[in-house]
Amino acid sequence: MVPLSYYLILSAILFCIGMFGALTRRNAVGILMALELMFNAVNLNFVAFSRYLPQPLLQGQIFAIFVITVAAAEAAVGLAIVLGLYRNFQTINVDEINLMKW
Amino acid sequence: MTVTEGVFFVMAACTVGASLLVVLARNLVHCAIALVFAFFGVAGLFVLLDAEFLAAAQVLLYVGGITILLLFAIMLTSRISAGGLKIMNEQVGIAGVVVFAIVGLLAYANLRGFPDAVAPLTAPDNTASLGKLLLTTYVLPFEVVSLLLLAAMVGAIVLARRDREKD
Repeated sequence: MVPLSYYLILSAILFCIGMFGALTRRNAVGILMALELMFNAVNLNFVAFSRYLPQPLLQGQIFAIFVITVAAAEAAVGLAIVLGLYRNFQTINVDEINLMKW
Repeated sequence: MTVTEGVFFVMAACTVGASLLVVLARNLVHCAIALVFAFFGVAGLFVLLDAEFLAAAQVLLYVGGITILLLFAIMLTSRISAGGLKIMNEQVGIAGVVVFAIVGLLAYANLRGFPDAVAPLTAPDNTASLGKLLLTTYVLPFEVVSLLLLAAMVGAIVLARRDREKD
């Protein structure tokens, strides 16, 4: 059986890859993809902890289901916003959309 | 090394490699394809963790739903070719430093905090008990999340609609 810490370290690596993408990508769709990677890392943590608890409980998996649902809602609204941005600015590079920059 | 560990390492390598490609590839369509492999890797890890229902939901929702949505957005918004343009902003250096620091800190904390946590041998009976929990203990969050999905759907339609009156 794989130790719990393997899963946690894998999840940390996945989360940080996603965070790097979210911090450095210029394309808004690329940022959304990186966000999905971070959601996946969190889900992996939830499921791993729920499996490795001393008594068998499923609460972690319930939370992962809710995270997946919220991620789906986020993707739908985020992509609609991206389409609106593209219609108004003809670009979705987030560093070129500086209408409200001080 | 047991079979389980071998499967774990294969899945982990697939997930990490694909997610690196998602973050670093130039072409956004390639990123979306790599994202599919990352999602499949995580689904495989869910199976390894005795979470079959979540693995199925992962494949259906992420691979079947979100990736397709992302591909639509890419094709609707990308210019003819992004070749030659830089894909990252000027924060690459500091973001790399921060990310490596956080990975190191988390790995250290995980190795110190959970040195030999071992799973109980009996996996909890999965799909049936998940459904029971969702419709008894967690019925209120379940309903709230369905309302959230409805609101997101209406919001996405309103945001993505073209203003016909203005044209």
